[in-house]
Amino acid sequence: MTRTLTALGLAVMTTAGGALAAPDLVPLRSADDAGVEVKLCDDETTVRIAADTPKTRAEGQKIADALMSQWQQKHPEQDWVARERERHAVTPPADNSGLVGKAQGQVYGQVTPLDVKTWERETLAMAVHGSTVFHSGDELGSTIAVSCDMCHPDAANTHPETYPKFQPQLGRVALLRDMINWCIEHPVRGTVLAPDDPKMRALEAYILAQRKGKALDYGKR
Amino acid sequence: MAKWKSVETRWYEDRDALFRGLRRLDRRSFLRVSFAAAGAAAVSGVRFAPHSFQTVSVADAKEGREPFSFAYISDSHLYKRELNDRFVRSLLRAIDDVNAMDPQPDFVLFGGDLAQLGQREELDLGAQLLKNIKAPVRMMVGEHDWFLDMGARWRELFGKETYSFDHKGVHFVVLQSVNEADFWTRRGMTPMERMHTVAGLDNGIQSRFEVGAPQREWLKNDLSRYDDDTPVIVFSHSPLYKYYRNWNFWTEDAEEVQAILRGFDRVTVIHGHTHQMLTNRIGNIHFHGMLSTAWPWPYAPEGLPKLTVQMARPDPFNPNDGCGDGFATVTAEGLVDKVYNLWNRNPVDVPSAYLASGGKKSRPQDPSLASF
Repeated sequence: MTRTLTALGLAVMTTAGGALAAPDLVPLRSADDAGVEVKLCDDETTVRIAADTPKTRAEGQKIADALMSQWQQKHPEQDWVARERERHAVTPPADNSGLVGKAQGQVYGQVTPLDVKTWERETLAMAVHGSTVFHSGDELGSTIAVSCDMCHPDAANTHPETYPKFQPQLGRVALLRDMINWCIEHPVRGTVLAPDDPKMRALEAYILAQRKGKALDYGKR
Repeated sequence: MAKWKSVETRWYEDRDALFRGLRRLDRRSFLRVSFAAAGAAAVSGVRFAPHSFQTVSVADAKEGREPFSFAYISDSHLYKRELNDRFVRSLLRAIDDVNAMDPQPDFVLFGGDLAQLGQREELDLGAQLLKNIKAPVRMMVGEHDWFLDMGARWRELFGKETYSFDHKGVHFVVLQSVNEADFWTRRGMTPMERMHTVAGLDNGIQSRFEVGAPQREWLKNDLSRYDDDTPVIVFSHSPLYKYYRNWNFWTEDAEEVQAILRGFDRVTVIHGHTHQMLTNRIGNIHFHGMLSTAWPWPYAPEGLPKLTVQMARPDPFNPNDGCGDGFATVTAEGLVDKVYNLWNRNPVDVPSAYLASGGKKSRPQDPSLASF
């Protein structure tokens, strides 16, 4: 009989970050010893251990490490935000920590440190995703290996604060995304993105992030 | 022949006449051409910047040294021929420009970053294209040519990356100013990963450019053979001063290199990498940037030298705007009058008098749309 255990997500969290070597688990004694299958909280990564593995903290850590090692191999890009930020500076979003402890009159409405952290993490991640697209001709779908950063390092000279503005060459009032698509189609020689394409949304997020603090001035040339 | 000529035709005729005159280097015909061009342009009703349209002043030749000019092409960033024809066409346009110069320049400087990713096919393609230049070519290496194989293929094609030569009484020095401290071994990067890292201007992992101690020593020795009054012109890919660190518009040991050059009366540094009109002066040293044929860089958010008159903000709807080539006239005094031949716009000249006067005289026209 095979029993399945689900390792605590917490164990995964505590070991994330460093690359782990698969630890030595108590070996299965024979082929017919089905042992116990331990499953990670992703519901797919498993490790099989001997049924009589001692129930100690040390053995538990070994099981968690074995699962984490597998998970990391399956997800080599798990640290993509940190990796991208090491390469390309992305302006962090506004600091909302001053709101912690404040509420708007609801019972559960009080802003917690976790709320603030979540807002920041998710907002930043979108801008960082934009940075990865901005800096990659492949991500942009360029047929000539041209990326945005070639003309706009750190998103310089993009002026998102000046849109919307009338562009005679387009024959209409352009939003930032129209100019992004113009660049994708012409200097980059790719295929235009739909306005709600995740890459377009991310590009807008990154470009806006890099001009944080600039006053809106729509129509400016 | 039709008597009526369009505004465009007249503009191009005036422009051609101007360029011919610029290189004739005979003071009298110079002024004649200059006035004629300015006059014709004024009559034609074309608005133009006086300084971008009139000839640079060439001082009367002193005994023993005659003025001369050399052209430049820089930062072509070629990919493989099959991958990207855009940058190939741009380089060919620049080659056509310098081949059309009449009289021909004494030589053509290629300012580095011939290739985008330092690959054999890219460098070979570049070498093949540059063979179409009629005048002799002087090569300089850039970081995009270097960091895949640390200059191996480039050296096979073009020889030593650091060298000097004399021409008409002026001493020229070519440096490899794009050395970087090892950031790749610790990270276990492949040569191509290293190349891609350096190829990203805003990639923060890479190190800062430097000339390095061995080359500084070489420079000291090389210059020790010359008197202080010999004009010296240095070609370096990166600007030999500190403009903006994050984009490597920067040379880490710039002060040390400047100290070596300080002993000479007239020193001019002409550099690539920044893809923009850039003017600076530090003591006796005049600095000029070069345009790229591939794409323009924006001006950095800080550190712009005071003497720099910006080029107009490139128009994204105008292909190749902000790109170009140009040439330099070395005056009888051994100073450099620099001309930026911006494609699709009026050429801009930055005469040595502008730098020598600390910006008081002969100021180039300010752009209508500056960067912000």
